[in-house]
Amino acid sequence: MAPGGPPSSAPALELRGLEKTYRGGRAALLGVDLQVAPGELVGLLGPNGAGKTTLTKIACGLVHPTGGTVLVDGHPVGTAAARRATGYLAELFRFPDWLTADEVLALHQRLAGSSGGSEERRGRLRDVGLADSGDLRVGAMSKGMQQRLGIAQALLGAPRIVLLDEPTSALDPVGRAIVRELLTALRDRGVGVLLSSHLLGEVERVCDRVAIVVDGRVVADDRPSVLTRAAGVELETDRGVRIVEGAGRDDAPALVAAAVADGERVYGVRVRRSTLEDVYREAVGGATDGGVQRR
Amino acid sequence: MRDVLVIARLGLREAVRRRVLPVVVALSVAFLVLYWLGVGVVEKDAVPRGGAFGDAVADQVEPAIDAATAGVLLGLASFATLFLGATLAIFLTAGAIRGDAERGLLQPLLVRPPGRLRVLAGRWLTATAIAVPYALVLHLGATAIMRWRGGFVADQVLWSAIELSLAVGLVALLSLAASVLLSQVAGGIGSFMCVGAGLVGSLLGQIGDAIDNRTLERAGDVVALVLPFQALYEDVLYRLTAGTREPLLELGPFGGADPAGAGTLAWAAVWALLLAGLASWRLARQDL
Repeated sequence: MAPGGPPSSAPALELRGLEKTYRGGRAALLGVDLQVAPGELVGLLGPNGAGKTTLTKIACGLVHPTGGTVLVDGHPVGTAAARRATGYLAELFRFPDWLTADEVLALHQRLAGSSGGSEERRGRLRDVGLADSGDLRVGAMSKGMQQRLGIAQALLGAPRIVLLDEPTSALDPVGRAIVRELLTALRDRGVGVLLSSHLLGEVERVCDRVAIVVDGRVVADDRPSVLTRAAGVELETDRGVRIVEGAGRDDAPALVAAAVADGERVYGVRVRRSTLEDVYREAVGGATDGGVQRR
Repeated sequence: MRDVLVIARLGLREAVRRRVLPVVVALSVAFLVLYWLGVGVVEKDAVPRGGAFGDAVADQVEPAIDAATAGVLLGLASFATLFLGATLAIFLTAGAIRGDAERGLLQPLLVRPPGRLRVLAGRWLTATAIAVPYALVLHLGATAIMRWRGGFVADQVLWSAIELSLAVGLVALLSLAASVLLSQVAGGIGSFMCVGAGLVGSLLGQIGDAIDNRTLERAGDVVALVLPFQALYEDVLYRLTAGTREPLLELGPFGGADPAGAGTLAWAAVWALLLAGLASWRLARQDL
């Protein structure tokens, strides 16, 4: 799975001041700045209509921005060099149902100019847990298998950036675990990944950085550990369970000592942090279907 | 070019897997068999055996369909070939861009290095690789039947077959361009209506010629100019009987014969380039 060609020092993906207004005046993106470094896994979160899919499609050249710049591995988006450096899985995609999994990959190998041959195809199928399904027709595959085949397709030709739009939406827990391992392997090999998803737990578990998009703007962009914060200390004693708001890890010993001094028997103490879901809900507010603005 | 061939090969394989080719071959054979039967019946009924000399000399006269009847039958064959070829071309291209994009089939291909224009070219190549040889073979088959079964040797068979095939190729391009702009159903219907409009325009032009009405004649000329596949088709009808005498199909039920000349071929080439350019320009700017 090693990327072909010499490693590039350029960001795998760089979006600067990205704007998109669709015909009819619907503004989808209002000046987005985002960068994905080589080997970095960035999660893209946001409510429906926030602009995640538009952003992903612009990054792979399917949608034209109305403002800003997009560079893929240092190349302007839409150029052959940028397309060569891109692997993409759309949220809604289909492969011809009369092709086998191996034939789908062979087709995309030819289009990607990959010389990996059958060894690369077998490797990609193995990566997504479809090692024994090469001869299976797409039409005979479950939705989850097709999604995994889509991921395998996106990894052909040694891309520098992989754009995945809801790649695990149809996967069962085992399938999701396979994809998590795959994403980790991609990071280890220096491939940048932009993962758009509604599955906050998945994103929190695998992503190095998380960007939250609301109404066409990035409202939060940082490491999950930075985005989440201390949310008190939970103390379990013989008098019950209580949460000391505002307290952090450093306060825990003193809280335990105070409880013991007060004659309480302490059974447990837990430092609480807000989850990514808490951060997300706070960032999004009440928005569940954002991004629709008339100009 | 290699990428264009990869896309074209994908389309051809789909046509085989979806049994488009076997169906087309079976129906074409059925058409040619019916045509063979029809020409045989006409040849027996319409040719006066011995004519004015009576049946006594009938055995010494080579049976043949007269030129006027042959012209109508060849017109029928040419019309059927254009219609079937156009149908095939339209069905192969109507959903090639917007239709496939709406189904999510196109996007995985477009993000690959070859890009949009080569995918477009590959789709056109698929349609022409099937529809153009189909029109060529069907036309040659029909004229051969007319020769061996009807005893009438059509004029300029090869050139007319080439022109008819070119006309089908232009219809494929028109339908593909429509598929960039319109949904599958709208593009398909629009392309069929263009083919129909071409035929109607041709008939109006010939009616105008017959009754000496300049407005109708001009309408026919404009239609042939806007839809050059129709001009090529009219030239096909002209060429098939050109060597016999004045065109026999000037006001036939299958469109009027009208000599085109080199200018029409040149205009058809320019028209194709303009249409391809327009489709490419539009596709390059489309959000998918």
